[in-house]
Amino acid sequence: MLTLLTDYTLQNVMLGAALIGVISGVLGAFAVLRRQSLLGDTLSHAALPGVCLGFMVAGAREMTSIMAGALVTGVIAALLMLALVRHTRLKVDAGLAAMLSLGFALGVVLLTWIQRQGGAAQAGLDSFLFGQAAATTRADLYPMLVLVVLALVAVGLLWKPLKLMTFDPTFAAVAGLPVHWLDRILTGMIALAVVTGLQMVGVVLMTAMVIAPGAAARQWCGGLRGMVLLSGAFGAFAGVSGGLISALAPGLSTGPVVVLVATAIALVSLLIAPHRGLLPQWWRRRHRRSHTSTDRILLTLYELAREHGNWRYRVEQGAVDAFYGMLTEPQLTDLHARGLVVPAHHMPDEGPHWQLTDAGVEHAAECARRRSRQRGRLE
Amino acid sequence: MISLASPTVAILLTGMLVGVSAALLGSFLVLRGNSMLADAISHSILFGIALAWLLTGQTTGPVQIAGAALSGVLAVLLIETLTRTRRLRDDAAIGLVFPALFSIGVLLINVFARDVHLDEHTVLLGEIGFVWLDTLTLGGVELPRATLAMAVMLALDAVFVLVFYKSLKLATFDPDLARALGLAPGLVFYAHLSLLSGTAVAAFDAVGVVLFVTFVVVPPATALLLTRRLSTLIAVAMLIAAASAPIGYGVALWLDVSIGGSMALATGPFLAAAYAWRRWQTARRRRVRPVQPASSASA
Amino acid sequence: MSELGPDIREPHEPGLALHVEDLTVSYDDRPALWDIDLNIPPGVMAGVVGPNGAGKSTLLKAVLGLVPLSAGHVRLFGYPYRNQRRRVGYVPQRSSVDWDFPTTAVDVVTMGLYGKLGWLRWPGRRERDLALRALDEVGMEALADRQMSELSGGQQQRVFIARALVQQPDILLLDEPMAGVDATTERSIIDILGRLRSEGRTIIVVHHDLQTVQRYFDWLVMLNVRVIAAGPLDAVYTPRNLRRTYGGQVALLDAGGEATDESAHANATH
Repeated sequence: MLTLLTDYTLQNVMLGAALIGVISGVLGAFAVLRRQSLLGDTLSHAALPGVCLGFMVAGAREMTSIMAGALVTGVIAALLMLALVRHTRLKVDAGLAAMLSLGFALGVVLLTWIQRQGGAAQAGLDSFLFGQAAATTRADLYPMLVLVVLALVAVGLLWKPLKLMTFDPTFAAVAGLPVHWLDRILTGMIALAVVTGLQMVGVVLMTAMVIAPGAAARQWCGGLRGMVLLSGAFGAFAGVSGGLISALAPGLSTGPVVVLVATAIALVSLLIAPHRGLLPQWWRRRHRRSHTSTDRILLTLYELAREHGNWRYRVEQGAVDAFYGMLTEPQLTDLHARGLVVPAHHMPDEGPHWQLTDAGVEHAAECARRRSRQRGRLE
Repeated sequence: MISLASPTVAILLTGMLVGVSAALLGSFLVLRGNSMLADAISHSILFGIALAWLLTGQTTGPVQIAGAALSGVLAVLLIETLTRTRRLRDDAAIGLVFPALFSIGVLLINVFARDVHLDEHTVLLGEIGFVWLDTLTLGGVELPRATLAMAVMLALDAVFVLVFYKSLKLATFDPDLARALGLAPGLVFYAHLSLLSGTAVAAFDAVGVVLFVTFVVVPPATALLLTRRLSTLIAVAMLIAAASAPIGYGVALWLDVSIGGSMALATGPFLAAAYAWRRWQTARRRRVRPVQPASSASA
Repeated sequence: MSELGPDIREPHEPGLALHVEDLTVSYDDRPALWDIDLNIPPGVMAGVVGPNGAGKSTLLKAVLGLVPLSAGHVRLFGYPYRNQRRRVGYVPQRSSVDWDFPTTAVDVVTMGLYGKLGWLRWPGRRERDLALRALDEVGMEALADRQMSELSGGQQQRVFIARALVQQPDILLLDEPMAGVDATTERSIIDILGRLRSEGRTIIVVHHDLQTVQRYFDWLVMLNVRVIAAGPLDAVYTPRNLRRTYGGQVALLDAGGEATDESAHANATH
């Protein structure tokens, strides 16, 4: 293991993957909050022609020019998308999908053109589709590092306006912020994140790196600062562990492994995050029992019956569920076992109903008296 | 005599069939504002194609197409499920689901199908130049397999749209009314996406999944800028797609580049032209009638 | 009568155009409508008013089966909606559809007949004629072949009403038809609805403008998650009810009942 960690290639892979994870996580947090998740998809597919152009200009597989090319075509595609949406009746989804697929088609055409012209030299370009971590050299890392530092500094400097724009663009505009420019800067920065990841994750899957960490962090944090930090951390973790796995198991493309780790983080967050998680929510719904006593539910049936002027009023279980925002069947079954309510039916297109028994009415009235006495003492 | 298995005919015919069927189904997708679902579905079928290949050793054939198409429907189901939890917006759900399914597909191929003819690059880019090599003989006629598969899918798509045109139209324009009138828009939606998924599977070895998205989205988007009637829109979209195939083929031969990529890219100029025409129209209208408000056109 | 309660094929309250009982609808664990009882007789023009988030649109959607019900049932002339589709017309909020959809006014009106045509039949000459007649009723025949996106908000709204009229509904549900239309259109919409009512149809309108309530309606439903008051306009439209409807959040269950507990208890033991 120790020799593995000192392995030169592996060090490059892990460093690179961490950089990608941080930048896409941090910027992806903004994209997810601003409902621009799929912008990353368009930017990354449309980066392919830029990769080819960068290669053609430099005449070799030279990272700086390739990244510059990718950035330029990605941003051009995003601008064309905005123009389409602003000036025609096409919606954002159509604009995104059109620029994504046309950009990619152009990339494929250029890729094959280079292939026919240059012969062997193109071998490296193919790897931009799915990413090939093992091909990462130390020299590739420097432009990535520069981009990451640039992006982080920009986020730091523009923190307040970006925050305002993310939560309330209208207010930001009213407050006199240059919203259009901030919009473009943020789009450009997301393009930067995408470009950083092309080498290792590839154009096809980079979109997931922008979305998954942000979506995961959203489940854990309410505030923007925490979310951005956590998103960056999730991204870095996904990058490093995915890079490591694909390096240890040769033959597995890096991009898919990294993406699956990031997706797994997002799914786990969706399930277990304390406040928004689905499992905690389900658990709370099931077990709010300790807070919601069966007596309170009996009292609700009693009050409903009184409102309807009929102690034999049949209350539908769905109504009680809606009232408490949880499933009340356990409590109702409990009340049934105590002989205070009995199951009933009403209309054929309705669900199960419950009806107070004489003992139930008596017990509920007793509870109501006790509660009003308590309230009286408090006042 | 022209044989259907001659390279030029097979390539052109396949390209046009892909374009026309994609544009036909894509029209409703673009109008519904779900264009990115085309992207999601077409990426997700890689998972199904890889699974179908693992189970049957084949990537073509009706069973394989139907099976792989299910993974496209699975993607839509997963996206809907994630959205329904209200923890994610639909765009984030789309962006979470399809890369994951695509990744699983790539890894399955990495692990089990190395050095076999199925590889992720073909799925992504297609090899329409080779469709004429894989033929089968039907009633004494030699047919390229991919062309036949596309023809069958187009026939299915056309029958579906013709029979359910009304329901598709209302489900796209006003799903609430469709439901209130008992026209099951949800069912229509899934049937439509299942067919789109099947068409994508049949098309993948010709143009690849991403280029398929071009044909689904760009011709209908172009037609939307040019026409004001649904039936015309669909016809124009299909025409643009059909015209893009030979244009793209010619360019591909001339420059010696990817045929599929070139065919898909050929839809681009149509969109650009339609956009320019729209802009010019608006500018002219503004010059002719500077102040008249649109709402007072009649009384 | 089975032990499950009355048979669904038996009419329940057939004398009422709309009968809603014990209706609860919830979104996100929170009731949007809570324990609604509502009866609207045939031939009235009823307004549904209440503050934002009172559940007005949800009520219409629940009647049309567009949202799942947590509890309760809805009957139209005695039967559930799915048996009465043909008799109900619905005019959704104008903002609920994409007006850039490539279609013409007469085309949109024809859509109202899609339910009657069923899954397979195509609209033909007859349907077009019916649609043109409906457009004529709302004064829009001249613009029948206009693109929807070229029409003004008020014209779009009238096309939507024509789409409901073409179904010849006995009961018509409209969701904020006056929202965003000019005064002339509003007057003509009210004229159309008044004419329909005089033909004996029942009109139920979700409305947001309290100033016109007394002029437009003869029946009123005041809604704020619960039904605050419902009945003939004069009996219901009181300052007290207005205060209760618009005076902020309404408790789902009256907490002020403790004082009567003794008497309630006495009743219960009888």
